[in-house]
Amino acid sequence: MSLVEFFQHLANGISLGSLYALIAIGYTMVYGILRLINFAHGDIFMVAAYIAFYGILVFTLPWWLAFAVAIVLTALCGALIERSAYKPLRNSPRISLLISAIGVSFFLENLGLVVFGGRPKSFPRPELFTQAVDINGVTIQSLTFFIPAVTLVFLFVLVILIYRTKVGMAMRALAKDFETAKLMAINVDTIITLTFVVGSTLAAVGGIMWGLKFPQINPLMGIFPGLKCFIAAVLGGIGNITGAVIGGFILGILEIMLVAFFPALSGYRDAFAFIILILILLLRPTGIMGETVAEKV
Amino acid sequence: MEKTSWLDLAVIVIVVVFLNWAQNSWDSYSLTILRMVGINIILGLSMNLINGFTGQFSLGHAGFMAVGAYTVALLTMPVAVKQMNFFMVPQAPFLANIVWPFFPSMLMAGLMAAIFGLLIGIPVLRLRGDYLAIATLGFAEVIRVVIVNIKPITNGALGLKAIPTFSSLWWIWGTVIITILLMKRLVNSSYGTALKAITEDEVAAEAMGVNLFYHKLMSFTLSAFMAGIGGALLAGHLGTVDPSQFTFMLTFNILLIAVLGGLGSITGTVIAAAIVTVGSEWLRIVESPITLGALQIPGISGMRMVIFSFLLIIVIIYYQQGLMGRREISWKWIFSLFRRRSSEVKS
Repeated sequence: MSLVEFFQHLANGISLGSLYALIAIGYTMVYGILRLINFAHGDIFMVAAYIAFYGILVFTLPWWLAFAVAIVLTALCGALIERSAYKPLRNSPRISLLISAIGVSFFLENLGLVVFGGRPKSFPRPELFTQAVDINGVTIQSLTFFIPAVTLVFLFVLVILIYRTKVGMAMRALAKDFETAKLMAINVDTIITLTFVVGSTLAAVGGIMWGLKFPQINPLMGIFPGLKCFIAAVLGGIGNITGAVIGGFILGILEIMLVAFFPALSGYRDAFAFIILILILLLRPTGIMGETVAEKV
Repeated sequence: MEKTSWLDLAVIVIVVVFLNWAQNSWDSYSLTILRMVGINIILGLSMNLINGFTGQFSLGHAGFMAVGAYTVALLTMPVAVKQMNFFMVPQAPFLANIVWPFFPSMLMAGLMAAIFGLLIGIPVLRLRGDYLAIATLGFAEVIRVVIVNIKPITNGALGLKAIPTFSSLWWIWGTVIITILLMKRLVNSSYGTALKAITEDEVAAEAMGVNLFYHKLMSFTLSAFMAGIGGALLAGHLGTVDPSQFTFMLTFNILLIAVLGGLGSITGTVIAAAIVTVGSEWLRIVESPITLGALQIPGISGMRMVIFSFLLIIVIIYYQQGLMGRREISWKWIFSLFRRRSSEVKS
């Protein structure tokens, strides 16, 4: 493999990694507070791509407006799911919550198949993102730069939100200790819903950029990215936002490099992430950045 | 023999008479549904054993079923059919010339699934709760991806066609009866008590001297065995297997049965398997066009799964116990019902 090819793969890996990172944050934030694997997160990401698709092609909105509408609607969708399917189960065993999340995930997928149709649709790509950029003989689509750039902007906003605002402080408090946070007059319901709104917003951004990068969207498109991003979150240390970002980048780059260096193994691409997950869970269940939490008996 | 054993025997006789009657007088469509009910009972019980009775949330059933289905398919297919199937990549020689009868193949299918269960269980059963769920789900997915990729053994994404359809009503329901009896014995044995203790509180169970890992592993392996048998019967029922059958969607359906029936109830699972199987056929109405007078409603395909997933959410939010919770329809319960009646009459 020449150096040029290597850099092409690296750029590709970084942009895939940024998408994983954006979606993984949603998993990690929800897990941090509710200890719930939000199975529906990947499907929220699919919903965003479809809303953007219909916004551009059916309602003929300019692309930036369609994207904005998609992000807002998806965030609302996330809040709605939390209020209807997760909130009634807050005092139930965690497994009930997980089953509910699996139910929501299947509901969205199948509703998607019914409403949007099972045939893949081609996502419209504004010209801005498809131009080829030539850097020292390495030809890269401009999208490959936009994705990490947009990711960085959203990460910056997120960091400010989490570490510099009262809402963010409340989220961190809830993740640390649910009961004590309640006693400190934190409105638990509002904060949890806001967590879902933030997570869904990032998933929506990820979903739209996923549509731009892989312009074939179908109602089941969220399953595998969803699972892989959860794996990224575990890899980084679940509950830890920096960890989710690092995990996302590692997984994205490793996946692209695996296929690039060992083309014979490309059939196993989807299994690769799971093998990483299993190894992580067995060797270092707390992930790269996670802290060991003593179990209360 | 105890009195209740005779009653059990009586129920089995009634079931056999019923099956015989169904075999002779039902049309083939209804019989297909009856066979699917049986297969779903076995799968639902397998799911319930690990998720309900042991409290370990495992989502790997599709993978174990795939192992069972492929094993039975490869062992029972006549040599000519094998050559017909493997036209892209020649079959591995050690499999090309074996032809086994159905029953040993089915046992082998269960055994293979159990071996996979054992090998997967040893590392993952150290995990708990949702981590275990995602790891087992991951292994099931890895099994599926491997099946797609080892073409000389499994024929890859093309799958296997023209598998001898051995799964008659008698094979399936015979297995169902044996499975239910074995489950009942297991749950009421000291092992069953230990499993229930693990469900209730792992730390307390361990403090009482229950070997957590051993019991979890036993339950997981047995559950994989049953899933493998279920997969084998499914392959013998459908006559084809391909990797796209064994996605998470399949596990979801079994999970729905176990949750709807009540995690930790054998009779609940049996009832739920019947409801879900018959219901999913009945819901085909929703997917076919309906004409109401002048109004024509076009059929919406895929609507069934929307309804099923909605049902699962509703059950888990409002009726967390499912149909039966952890109760069973047992002879003791039925007798107590009568006794209460008669004592009421006296007073």
